[in-house]
Amino acid sequence: MDNKIKLTIDNKPVEVTKGTTVWQAARQVGINIPALCYMNLENLGVENRPGACRICVVEVEGRRNLAPSCSTDCTEGMVVKTNTPRVLNARKTVMELILSDHPQDCLVCPSNGKCELQDLAATLGIREIRKVDNAAVSTYRKDYSYSLKRDMDKCILCRRCESMCNDVQSVGALGAINRGFTSIVAPAFEQNLSDSPCVFCGQCVAVCPTGALTRTDDTGRVFKALADPTKTVVVQAAPAVRAALGEEFGLTPGTSVTGKMAAALRRLGFDKVFDTDFAADLTIMEEGTELLGRIGAFLNGDTSVKLPLLTSCCPAWINFFEQNYPDMLDQPSTAKSPQQMFGAVAKNYLANKMGVKREDLVVVSVMPCIAKKYECTRKEFSKDGNPDVDISISTVELASMIKMANIDFVSLPDEDFDQPLGESTGAGVIFGATGGVMEAAVRTAYEVFTGKTLERLDFKELRGFEGIRTASVDFNGTTVNVCIAHQLGNARKVMDGIRKGELNFHAVEVMACPGGCIGGAGQPYHKGDSSLLKARAQSLYREDANKPLRKSHENPYIVKLYEEFLGQPMSELAHHLLHTHYFDKHHKI
Amino acid sequence: MKIELKDSQLRQIKDICDSFNNDPGELITILHRTQSVFGYLPEEVQRAVAHNLGIPVTRVYGVVSFYSFFTMTPKGKYPISLCLGTACYVRGAEDVLDEFKKQLGIEVGGVTPDGKFSLDCLRCVGACGLAPVVMVGEKVYGRLSPSMVKEVLAEYE
Repeated sequence: MDNKIKLTIDNKPVEVTKGTTVWQAARQVGINIPALCYMNLENLGVENRPGACRICVVEVEGRRNLAPSCSTDCTEGMVVKTNTPRVLNARKTVMELILSDHPQDCLVCPSNGKCELQDLAATLGIREIRKVDNAAVSTYRKDYSYSLKRDMDKCILCRRCESMCNDVQSVGALGAINRGFTSIVAPAFEQNLSDSPCVFCGQCVAVCPTGALTRTDDTGRVFKALADPTKTVVVQAAPAVRAALGEEFGLTPGTSVTGKMAAALRRLGFDKVFDTDFAADLTIMEEGTELLGRIGAFLNGDTSVKLPLLTSCCPAWINFFEQNYPDMLDQPSTAKSPQQMFGAVAKNYLANKMGVKREDLVVVSVMPCIAKKYECTRKEFSKDGNPDVDISISTVELASMIKMANIDFVSLPDEDFDQPLGESTGAGVIFGATGGVMEAAVRTAYEVFTGKTLERLDFKELRGFEGIRTASVDFNGTTVNVCIAHQLGNARKVMDGIRKGELNFHAVEVMACPGGCIGGAGQPYHKGDSSLLKARAQSLYREDANKPLRKSHENPYIVKLYEEFLGQPMSELAHHLLHTHYFDKHHKI
Repeated sequence: MKIELKDSQLRQIKDICDSFNNDPGELITILHRTQSVFGYLPEEVQRAVAHNLGIPVTRVYGVVSFYSFFTMTPKGKYPISLCLGTACYVRGAEDVLDEFKKQLGIEVGGVTPDGKFSLDCLRCVGACGLAPVVMVGEKVYGRLSPSMVKEVLAEYE
């Protein structure tokens, strides 16, 4: 075995393959060396190891200097010590230096209690920050957007955000600029994020070890609406939220808390508690019909038809698309995202049904995503200045509201959603995981196209965590080729292939975040832990499997909505309310 | 300050990038060459370079903002660079600098309203024996005192 290397770490023998770093080898024997910059999303091809923070230094026998374990490869016979007094002292000094240029407002920092820097300072036993006369902490202008806040005073230059923005998402909005004490991570020319190519996916936020990049907090606006007696406040919660909300209350990752979430929302005072899964089923009706329409036309020899159809649920993906592929604007499905479909149905159908005026109905969404905060402000999603979705909060903001309101989440009973916008099928649930929208679409499109009942509902070939997956589904003799991409860098590869005519599919699903919405920036931060994402995906697939109805077109309230209000999928009214169009935003890049 | 690049200028940038096979690894050399053509690297020029190389403009700006050699403000026709290295400093460079500021009515990094002179500081031009040293364009002036500043500037009237 040529490529095996033996070494000892803290007197424990370890055998690793060549190319393994000391940091990874230590992990194999249960030694977690602290690090602030290092990040590895296993299986997703995401690694950040600039060797910048120097917290992970270790002593290597025969080497004069301490070595950064994250970027030092193992060698044969290496003797490594990770916890000698010299190492601990060095770590402490490095930490003190970082803290010497860091604001000390932990008590009111949005990352208080969830900050890796804070945790590590505690772990290393730092109890005092030495003051140096005249040494000022550097300060920069804050940058606020609908989705996230950039506070470079708190940046420790770990470069994780830069890795996510450039290497993973290929967005290229953030980069390190300037030099020495003035170096920060910023868009070009220190523009605001809103003016930069930022698509608001928030993956930079999801990996930031400190409070430098944080979500915009909209909980105050929700509490205000709830307290207003003139308003009727309804809420929708997205599929991926139920798979992660429990983590904020100490439950094992992957614990599904659908019933408790509905109960908690009711106790918070929402007048009606609905489910975005309902709107996901509605999306399938519209998008599935659109897909079949395009495939049908294509098979009939219509050469003007645009294939593949691209999914349009993910607002970060839509931003990315509008900036990078303005020549293909007629390619994505015109179907609005589930959040916006829900908003349109709530303000145009539910309001009448409830006897409430549009402007007195407040629609709140709970999303695993911070791009949704931006999405609901898009002008085309409002009528006379009144948005279809008024406020979008993240999973974690909901958790914080529940805590603020003194609700003992874990001991809540399971409750159901309200009707008519609370019923959903298993197809709506799996929207939260990569491949889920495609699987849901296939379940419905197959039955509509072939007129036959599907024998198996689990399309395992569409599931998984590989960045780009392709599959062919047999629609009773017609082969439908589909592709699924998550993370925008993968989407770019697929799109470039389609643009060049090298890749041919009937439909492509794109989700901006790793693992799909379950890895969104509105969720408890994944900070690079892919086992967390897998547990969340499992939880959604379990919930789907346990649902009595698993195909969107079987949702009785969807059937009723079409009968009572919309007519047919893609009808004129459906077009008006549930479909949208896209803009050329090439100028932003 | 926004500027509009002419087609011929965009062509020039493209030619420079092409001559390096549009290789992002040559970014620094390309910027060097571009600055020698335009005199400075305004936002629009950086965007054009990024576009030609197929990289995010943040990466270009990251390099431009890192190296003090690159500048985003136009220099004067006669750029004045005053050495503030150790040798020049102890021999009174600061007083010379103050006199330049006074005579030109601009701060370090500034340009005179007529675009004639710009004033910058640097660290050592390798002529410490001549301290304090000033360069105007490519020409070096040594052993300067504040009283000689007027004379130096007069050469460029």
